[in-house]
Amino acid sequence: MKGMIVVKADRCMGCKTCELACGVEHSQTQSLVTAIREAHPPRSRVNVERGCGFAVPLQCRQCENAPCVAICPTQALHRKDDDSPVLIDQARCIGCKWCVLACPFGVIRMDDASHAIIKCDQCFERVERGELPACVEACPTDALTFQSLDAVVADKRDAYLVQIEHATGTLKT
Amino acid sequence: MKNKKQRSVDPAALEMLEKADACCIGSAFSRHDQQQPRCGFGELGVCCRICDMGPCRINPFGEEPTRGICGADAATIAARHLIRQVAAGVAAHSDHGRDIVHALMLTATGEAQGFTIKNPERLKALAQERGVTVEGKTIGEIAKALALNAMEEFGRQEGEVQFAALRAPKATVENWRKLNLIPRGIDREIVETLHRTHEGVDADYRNLLMHGFRTSLGDGWGGAMLATDIGDALFGTPMPVRSQVNLGVLQKDSVNIVVHGHEPTLSEMVVAASRDKKMLALAASKGAKGIVVGGICCTANEILMRQGAPVVGNFLHQELAVSTGAVDVMLVDVQCIMPALIEHAARFHTQVLTTSAKARMVGARHIEFELETAYDTALEIVRTAIENYPKRGHVDIPEHKNDLVAGFTVANTFTHLGGRYRSTFRPLNDAIISGRLRGVAAVIGCNTVKKTQDDSHVRMVRELIANDVLVVMTGCAATACSKVGLLQPEAAATWAGKGLQEICEVVGIPPVLHFGSCVDNSRILVALCEMINEGGLGDKLSDLPIAGAAPEAMCEKAIAIGFYCVASGAYVNYSPAMRVYGSPEVTHFLTDEVEQVLGGKFSFEGNPVKAAHLMMAHMDKKRAALKLRPLMYGRSFLEPGDAVSAESSDAAAASEAPSGGVPASPHQGCAGKRPASSISVNE
Repeated sequence: MKGMIVVKADRCMGCKTCELACGVEHSQTQSLVTAIREAHPPRSRVNVERGCGFAVPLQCRQCENAPCVAICPTQALHRKDDDSPVLIDQARCIGCKWCVLACPFGVIRMDDASHAIIKCDQCFERVERGELPACVEACPTDALTFQSLDAVVADKRDAYLVQIEHATGTLKT
Repeated sequence: MKNKKQRSVDPAALEMLEKADACCIGSAFSRHDQQQPRCGFGELGVCCRICDMGPCRINPFGEEPTRGICGADAATIAARHLIRQVAAGVAAHSDHGRDIVHALMLTATGEAQGFTIKNPERLKALAQERGVTVEGKTIGEIAKALALNAMEEFGRQEGEVQFAALRAPKATVENWRKLNLIPRGIDREIVETLHRTHEGVDADYRNLLMHGFRTSLGDGWGGAMLATDIGDALFGTPMPVRSQVNLGVLQKDSVNIVVHGHEPTLSEMVVAASRDKKMLALAASKGAKGIVVGGICCTANEILMRQGAPVVGNFLHQELAVSTGAVDVMLVDVQCIMPALIEHAARFHTQVLTTSAKARMVGARHIEFELETAYDTALEIVRTAIENYPKRGHVDIPEHKNDLVAGFTVANTFTHLGGRYRSTFRPLNDAIISGRLRGVAAVIGCNTVKKTQDDSHVRMVRELIANDVLVVMTGCAATACSKVGLLQPEAAATWAGKGLQEICEVVGIPPVLHFGSCVDNSRILVALCEMINEGGLGDKLSDLPIAGAAPEAMCEKAIAIGFYCVASGAYVNYSPAMRVYGSPEVTHFLTDEVEQVLGGKFSFEGNPVKAAHLMMAHMDKKRAALKLRPLMYGRSFLEPGDAVSAESSDAAAASEAPSGGVPASPHQGCAGKRPASSISVNE
């Protein structure tokens, strides 16, 4: 996997800009003003949900051992290769909704216009072009970032080291 | 994110922006980049911030939520917020008008220091027009009576704002009365807008927008018109005048005072104080050759029109002027003043002086301007600038400047068009009737970082004049086109179509006429009335082959102007679009439906050349309705069996999209730009 969408709930203001950017990215016309006038307006693959005292954008976590891929009877849900996010071939999708039930996060849903499911594809074509996923690029507070797993782990270790230094009183500056 | 070349088409601006970048100085352009991406809900007008149960947002893709907490839908929300913007714009122009009326009052009573009534003839004519007795009265008495009469317009509770019925053609006035559109009082309609848009009041988008049109008429035919007409009586009626424009008018070896803002009262005095012998001597003692007073925004246009003062730049030039390091005082009053000026000025020696009790900035020095001590204050300001002059650091003034002619008014355009012996609009009407001219377009408004600075103004105006449309301009739009030399008589030979060229040559006018500041758009309304009165072009304003545009609009005042122009029967292209696209109903109402009742309507085309074509198609439609002769030289922009008007809203929406147009149905699955193969299985 080239990267993952990292969510920092403490930075999310709940503005839903990611939802709009996702919708536009998955539209025919690629512009907000025209996308909302399409015969079947696009649907966002990310949803900002409200927890108790916080807001957080939820989208597919691209599970390694994805239950949605395992349960899909038509192989509509698939990976192009080991690095690929989980993609949906809407032509093959029969709308049985097994994946909706199997997903532990509730981030797969039906698209009424195409009678097929939709889910986050991590904007894989943008990423192939060297761009960030649309939601990440749009986030005004960096609550969404796109990082490799290694980088995420390294950041976590750094943060943990600072914690230890605080605890032992060795932190300089 | 825009690259440097896209930020402006003005070489002077680009030069200063390069300097700002090199010195890591921010500007509106860089702050625009930092603001990306903007909130889509706000852009579409579907974010409601009116009550504290919210903010509420409507899902623009048609999913839930489709209503706010109170049940307001996208149309209600967009309409409420839009007419609040109209009210704010009307308030700004009209409060400006009120200040001018107040200045007339204090001048009449002799309390305004240094002010005299420069054009008593205009004052008398105005008083007579408004039913104020002049016989047996001194100028001071007339001025006082007129000021009291004018002041009533603001607070009147019943009746009508006077100029509307006094000046507009009868048929237009009748239509307004039928629709109950003539404002009772300027302030009253603004207050009612705020009431109607309060939580839980007016929820019918048509009813809301029609009140927006009523409120706006209190600007064009009320506050702004008073500001212009009383300003002309008080400060003198402009006459055509040559001057120069752009950052290059600042002088390295002179004291430079930049007056920025909107009201002419203080700037008139500063110009006078800069010519004071004591001040010139003081400047000389500091090693300066002289004192330059140049303007930015509409203050620039006010002192350009009446004093021939040079124009330093338009709205987006305010920070760039400071970046030259050559501005000793940046004097501001109200409207369009960026708070960023303070931090900007702090990096140079520039002193920012605020002068209005209504507009102060933390970090600026405040010298409150009062009419009773006007000249003393002006002297103090000039002295501050002179004393600041020796503190200059490195000075970097771009070479770029251009010549222009400004100072056109309804009265003197008469003289120009008719010649000395025929002061009449007849030649203009004849030129339109005979097909030499297609019509008249007013291109007005601001600068915005959402578009390349000046680019839309210049391209639209060139397209219009090339197709035999006489263009009148005000505000920052006029400054934009004067920077590229379109406001010189010589421009006709290069840019104008053959018909317009013939007119310009015979009359000796530029193809683009500078009518003044933003409040002077009222001059344009009066000119249109004169065209109707002259005969042959219909009986109401909406019959005229005319159109308006604000191609780089930015502020609420521009929205108010757009509204009163449409309410007066004009076709107006407004770009970037008002925040209504989130509601198809409101968009359709403004760009189509409203034409049936008002005769005017909006389009929101973003491309300036396409917008010019829409405007000309509208003129051609009106020409056809008037059964005027075909154009002598220009081509028609009407398609056979044209449905131009009905299509405009879709065309406007499509123009914002890079690909243009909305396909009938989406591909299945992912985004349109993804090839079909990419979503098939390739295992």
